Amino acid sequence: MFTAATAHAHDDHAHAHDDHHEPGFWRKWVFSTDHKMIGVQYGVTGLAFLMFGFMLMMIMRWQLANPGMPVPVIGGMLQTFFGPSAFQSTADGVKGVLTADGYNAFGAMHGTIMVFFGIVPVAFAAFGNFVVPLQIGAIDMTFPRINMASFWCFFVSCIFMLVSFFVPGGAAKSGWTSYPPLAGIADMGPGIDPFMNGQTLWLTGMIFNITASLLGSVNFIATIIQLRAPGMTWMRLPFFVWAQFVTAFLLLLAFPPLEAAGVMQFMDRVFGTSFFMPTGLIVNGAIAQWSGGGSPILWQHLFWFLAHPEVYVLILPGIGMVAEIIACNTRKPLYGYKAMVGAIFVLGFLSFIVWAHHMYMTGMGAIVAAFFQTTTIMISIPSVILVTALMLSLWGGSIRFTVPMLFAAAFLPMFGIGGLTGIPLAFNSVDLYLHDTYYIIGHFHYVVAPGTIFAIFAGVYHWYPKATGRMMNDFLGKMHFWLSLIFMNGIFFPMFLQGMAGVHRRWYDGGGRFLADGTQELTYQLAGPVLHWNSFMSTSAFLLGIAQLPFIFNFCWSMFYGRKATDNPWHATTVEWDTPTPPPHGNFIKDISVHRGPYEYSVPGADKDYTPQTEAPKSAQLPPGAVPAAAAAH
Amino acid sequence: MFPNLNKAMGIVPNASEHGYAVDHLLEFCHWFMGALFVGWSLYFLYTIWRFHKSRHPKADYHGVQSKASAHLEFSVVLIEAVLLLGFALPLWGKRVNGEQFPPDTEAIRVHAVAEQFAWNFHYPGADGIFGRQSALLVSASNPLGLDATDTAGKDDLISKNELHLVNGKPAIIEITSKDVIHGLQLQNMRMSQDAIPGSRIPMWFRPVRAGEYEIVCSQLCGAGHYAMRAVMKVETQADFDAWQKEQLSLKPAN
Amino acid sequence: MQIPHEVTARPDTGLYNAKLGIWLFLASEVMLFGGLFSAYIFLRMGAEDGYWPRGLLNVPVGALNTAILIASSVTVVLAWASLKMRKFSQYKLWMGISIICGAIFLIVKLAYEWPQKFDHFGAFIKQSELAQYEPYLGNAYLKEKGLPPRVEISGHLHGVEITAEPAGKEKLDAFLQDHHLKMEAGHDAAHPGVQLVTGKHLKPGTVEQLEKVPGVKLVAFEVALDPINAEPTNPESDKPHFWYKGATEKIGKIEREDVETWSAFAPKHSSYFAVYFTITGLHGLHVLAGVLIMIYLWLPIAGGANMFKRNPEHLANRVEVVGLFWHFVDLVWIFVFPIFYLL
Ligand code: HEA
Ligand code: HEA
Ligand code: CUA
Ligand SMILES: [Cu+2]
Repeated sequence: MFTAATAHAHDDHAHAHDDHHEPGFWRKWVFSTDHKMIGVQYGVTGLAFLMFGFMLMMIMRWQLANPGMPVPVIGGMLQTFFGPSAFQSTADGVKGVLTADGYNAFGAMHGTIMVFFGIVPVAFAAFGNFVVPLQIGAIDMTFPRINMASFWCFFVSCIFMLVSFFVPGGAAKSGWTSYPPLAGIADMGPGIDPFMNGQTLWLTGMIFNITASLLGSVNFIATIIQLRAPGMTWMRLPFFVWAQFVTAFLLLLAFPPLEAAGVMQFMDRVFGTSFFMPTGLIVNGAIAQWSGGGSPILWQHLFWFLAHPEVYVLILPGIGMVAEIIACNTRKPLYGYKAMVGAIFVLGFLSFIVWAHHMYMTGMGAIVAAFFQTTTIMISIPSVILVTALMLSLWGGSIRFTVPMLFAAAFLPMFGIGGLTGIPLAFNSVDLYLHDTYYIIGHFHYVVAPGTIFAIFAGVYHWYPKATGRMMNDFLGKMHFWLSLIFMNGIFFPMFLQGMAGVHRRWYDGGGRFLADGTQELTYQLAGPVLHWNSFMSTSAFLLGIAQLPFIFNFCWSMFYGRKATDNPWHATTVEWDTPTPPPHGNFIKDISVHRGPYEYSVPGADKDYTPQTEAPKSAQLPPGAVPAAAAAH
Repeated sequence: MFPNLNKAMGIVPNASEHGYAVDHLLEFCHWFMGALFVGWSLYFLYTIWRFHKSRHPKADYHGVQSKASAHLEFSVVLIEAVLLLGFALPLWGKRVNGEQFPPDTEAIRVHAVAEQFAWNFHYPGADGIFGRQSALLVSASNPLGLDATDTAGKDDLISKNELHLVNGKPAIIEITSKDVIHGLQLQNMRMSQDAIPGSRIPMWFRPVRAGEYEIVCSQLCGAGHYAMRAVMKVETQADFDAWQKEQLSLKPAN
Repeated sequence: MQIPHEVTARPDTGLYNAKLGIWLFLASEVMLFGGLFSAYIFLRMGAEDGYWPRGLLNVPVGALNTAILIASSVTVVLAWASLKMRKFSQYKLWMGISIICGAIFLIVKLAYEWPQKFDHFGAFIKQSELAQYEPYLGNAYLKEKGLPPRVEISGHLHGVEITAEPAGKEKLDAFLQDHHLKMEAGHDAAHPGVQLVTGKHLKPGTVEQLEKVPGVKLVAFEVALDPINAEPTNPESDKPHFWYKGATEKIGKIEREDVETWSAFAPKHSSYFAVYFTITGLHGLHVLAGVLIMIYLWLPIAGGANMFKRNPEHLANRVEVVGLFWHFVDLVWIFVFPIFYLL
C-alpha cells in the first residue's frame, strides 16, 4: 500500500504540471472528452427524455380516464404531429383521440424511454460520469475518447427512437418487452418499408443504446480500479462508487445477450429468418411466410436475462446517491458500511439468476419454478439489508432537512412499498392471480418513480452546486418535493387496489368508462368497482406534471441567478467537494491523497463536525493505512 | 378474527379448489408486508422527529449499537423461507406435476386456441377424441383447421369466447395460439397460462362454485388486446350436456 | 493533462489501463456470443426431425480457415515479443503475416463459402407429399437404419417450369433477356402450357424475382441433385462426408405445390442457416475489425508503427491488447467450426 501510494503520488505529481490549455468551443461543449461535460450532456438528454416519457404517459393517462375522448387543447396539434396511426378524430370531427395502436405505441415507448433513455442515462451515466472520478480523486475517466464515443453512440440511439414516432405505422407498439411473434409481425407487410418502421427502428435504436452502455461501463470499471487517488483504498470508497461499480458490471454482462437477441429479431424482420417464429403461424387467416422452427420463448429468456439485472441497474445508483446524502445530512457515518458493500455484491450476483420470475406463466416445470422462486426470495434479502442499514443510519444523527435530504428520506419508505410488493410476486402461485395486473405496475413504479426518480432529484439538488457553482432555490425545492410526494402516491397507490380487483395492464380503455349520466360502460365487469380510480390517478399524474414546473424553472433559473456556492456548501467529507467550484478541466488544482474513510462526520474530538477524506491527519495519530504526510505532500 | 386484507383490497371472489390456498398465501404476504411497513414507518417517523437537528444538535458518531436489526433481518428471512418452502413450492408442484393431474376420464378436457382477438374452445365431444387438425385447412368457417375426413372430429365442437365447465369436475385445458402470444387468465379460478404459438401447454383446476366468470387475455397481443374478453360458465353436468347437445345440433353437418 | 497508468502498470493492480479495458470488453463479448450460441442450442433442440441439415458445409475449407486463424494468433504473439525485444523489423514481419492470415480468412469466407450458399437450392417437401419423393429421400432406408428422416431436396437449379399468361409476355421476355435465361416452349407434351426456363445464370434468387413477374406461375423445379438426394440409400451419405461433394448430374423434378418452403441456402432458408449466417457474420465483422486495427499498428503512422521510436513500450502494449482481442476472435471460431461444420 505504502509503496504503491507513493509510487503514483509521484507520477500524478509529474502530470500535475502538464498543459492545462482550455479547449475550443466544439471540443469544450459538444465533442468534449471531459467526464464532467459528458456527464452533463448525459444528464440533460436523460432528463429531457424523462420529461418526454412522462408526457407520453400523461396522454395515455388522459385516455385511461376518458376513453375515446379527444385530448383537450393540444389534441389537434398532437394529431397533426403524430399522424393518423396514433390519433384519430371523433365521430363529429374533433381531432386528438388516441388510437389503440397509438396507446400501445406510447406505452411501449414510455417503458423503453423511461428505462433506457431516462433513468439509466441520468442515474448511471450522468451522475457516474460527473461524480465518480471526482469522488475517487481522478483527473478524468481512464478512456476519455471512448467516453465521448459512448455519449454520441447513445445520442444516435436517441435519434432512432425519436424518428420511429414519425414513420408510417408509428413507433414500436409491442410493449417495452417486444415479445415476438407480436413484435415480429408488427409494422410489416405491403406499403411498409422493411427498415423504416417502428419495430425495426426500435431494435436499431436499442442496439446503439446497448453499445453505448457497454462502452460506458468498461470505462467506469476501469476508472474505479485504475485511477483511485493515493490512499483511496477499496474500503475508503464512498458507497456511491461501489453502487456504480456493481451497476457497471451488471450492464457489462447482462446487456450483450439482449444485443444478440436484438440482432436476431432484426434478422427476423429484415432478412426473413425465423429465430423467434414458430412453425405454422397463422396471421389473420393466412399462413405466415416464415420458414418456422423458431422459439418465442428464446426471446423472453434473452430479454429478461438483461431486463431483470436492468431493474437493479435502475435502483442501485439511486441507493448509492441516497446513501451519500443521508450520511452527509445526518452528520454521522453510515450504519454497517461493510455489510452494505457485501450486500450490494450479493445483490449484483443474484440478479443474474432470477430472470425467469417474469416468465412464470410460460409453462414452467416444478423444478425450474422452485429454483427461480428461491433465488427471487433470496434476492430480497440483500435489498432488505441495504434498506435497513440506511434506516438505522438515521438513528443518532443530527438530521438537517435540506431539499436533497427530503427526497433521500422519502426514498426509503417509497422503495419499501415497491420492494415489499415484490415479495408476493415472487411466489408464482400468487403470481397466477397478480400477473400482468396493475399490481405489477404499482410494484415497480413505486421502486422506479418515487424511488429512483426521487433519488435522482436528490442527486440533482445535492451536486448541482458543484456542477454549476450556484445553489438551487430552497423554497421551490421544498415545494417540488411535497407536491411530488403527494401526487406520486396519488398515482401509484390505487394501482394495487385496481390490480387486486383484476384490472390488467396495457388496457387501451382502462377497463371501461363512465357515461355522461354517471353509469358505467364496462369492457370487463371486474373493472367496475375500481373504475373510478382511473380519473383520480390521471388527475394526480397531471398535477404531478405541474409539480415539475418549479423544478424545471429552478433548474434553469438557478444556473444564472442562484446563490453563489462555496466549494463545499454541504460540509461534506468526500473528495468531490475538494475541487474548485465548478471543477476545471483536470479537476484538482492540488495533488489529492486520501487519509480516511468516506463518512468521518462528527468524529469525537475533531474540531469541526466533518473531517474531509483528504485532510492530512495531525501526524501524531495516523489512521491505519493512511499515507504519511511526507509522502503525500512533496 | 383478523380483518381480511385481500377482501379489503378488493380481490375477486375465488371459485376454485386450490384458489383458497393461493388466497391464503397472498393474505399471509400482505400481513407480513403490512407488519414490516408499519413497523418500519413508525421507527422512521419517530427517528426523523427525534433526531431532527433542532432536537439533536450534535450527531452521535457511533449511532445504533444494538443488534436488534440483525434479529429482525433474520426473522424476515425465516418467514420468507416458511412461505416459500411451506406454501409456494408445494402449491405449484400440485399445479404442474404430471402425476398430480387428474385422470382424463374424470376430467373435462378442452383445447383453448387463441387468435387475434378471440378464444376458440375446442371440445372433443362424446368420443373424447380431438379431431385431426391441419394449418392448411384453417379458414373463417373452420378456425382450427379441423380435418373433415377424420371421423373423430365429427362430434367435436368449437365454442368461440365461451368456456363451459362442470361445477366440481376438474378441467384440463390445453392452451396454444395460432398467431401471437396471448394469456388465458381466469382470475376467479386463480389460474393463468400463456398461450404460446408452436407449443401446447396444459393446466388444470377444479371449479367449486357455479356461475359466470370473466376470462382475461393477459399478454399484449395487438390493438384488440384490451377487449379480448371471454366468459367462463361453470354449470351442472346436466346444463353442460344440454349445452353440448345444442351446440352439436347447430353445427353445420359435413 | 495525462491519464495515469496509460503505459506503465499501476503497482497495486498490476495492470495498465488498456489491458484492463480489453479484458472487460472481452467479458462482455463472451456474453454476446454466449447469447448467440444459446440460441443455436435452443433452436437445434427444438428442431423437428430432418430440419437440422448436416454435412452441408465444406469441412476441409473450414479446417483450413481454422488453421489460418490459429497460426495468426501465434504470429501476433511473436510480433508482440519482438517489440518487447525491441526488434522492429521482426515486428513488421510477424504483424504483416498476422494481417495477411486475417485477410485470407475473410476472403475464403466472403468470396468462396458464402456465395456458394446463395447459389444452392433447397426445398422442404410437405409432410403429406413426402412419399412421392421417396427416390430422392430414401426415408424407408433411413428408417430401418434408425437415422433421422429427410424432408429436404437440395442441389443446383437446372430449370424451372412455369406457365405464363400471354398478357405479361413482353415483361417476361424482357426479364429473361436481362438475366440471360432462355425459355423452351412445349417441352412437356402432357401440359402444353408449361414452359421451361433454363440457363446457367438461373439462381434461386432470380427465380424469386421471376415469380414476381406478372402472370408467371411456378409449376415445378428441375434440380441437379446433391449426392444425398441423388442416391439417398448410399451408406456414404448417412454421415456428413469430409470431402465436400458438389451437385451431381442427376436431375430431379419437384412439383411446386408439393413444396412447403424453398429458397437458396440463405439465412431465411432454415433455423440452421439463420444461426450460421448470424454467428459467422458477426464473427467476420470481428475479424475485419481486428485486421483493420492491426493494419493501423503496422503502418508507419504516428499512432502506429512510428510509435516505436517515440515510445516502444506503448506500441508493445497496443499490440498486446489487439493480440488479446485477436485470441478471442480465434477462440470464438474454435467453437463455431465444430458446431456448424462437424456436429
Ligand atoms: C428498480 C426496479 C425494480 C426492483 C428494485 C424490483 C425488485 C423486486 N421485484 Fe420487481 N419488477 C420491476 C422492477 C423492479 N423490481 C419491473 C420493471 C417489473 C415489470 C416488468 C414488466 O413486466 O414490464 C417487475 C416485475 C416483477 C416480477 C414479475 C411479476 C409478473 O410479471 O408477473 C416479480 C416476480 O417475482 C418481481 C419481484 C421483485 C422482487 C422480489 C424484488 C425484490 O428485489 C424487492 C426487495 C426489496 C424489499 C423486500 C423491500 C425491503 C424494505 C423493507 C423491508 C423496509 C421497508 C421500509 C419502510 C416501510 C420505511 N418483480
Ligand atoms: C424507469 C422506469 C419508469 C418510470 C420512471 C415511469 C414513470 C411513470 N410511469 Fe411508467 N412504465 C414503465 C417504466 C417507468 N414508468 C414501464 C417499463 C412500463 C411498462 C410498459 C409496457 O407495458 O410495456 C410502464 C407503464 C406504465 C403504465 C401502465 C400503462 C399500461 O400498462 O397500459 C402507467 C399507467 O399509469 C405508467 C405511469 C407512469 C407515471 C405516471 C410515471 C411518473 O412517475 C412519471 C414521473 C416522471 C417525472 C416526474 C419526470 C421528472 C423529470 C422532469 C420533469 C425532467 C425535468 C427536465 C429538465 C430539468 C431538463 N407507466
Ligand atoms: Cu390476446 Cu391479449
Ligand atoms: Cu425481475
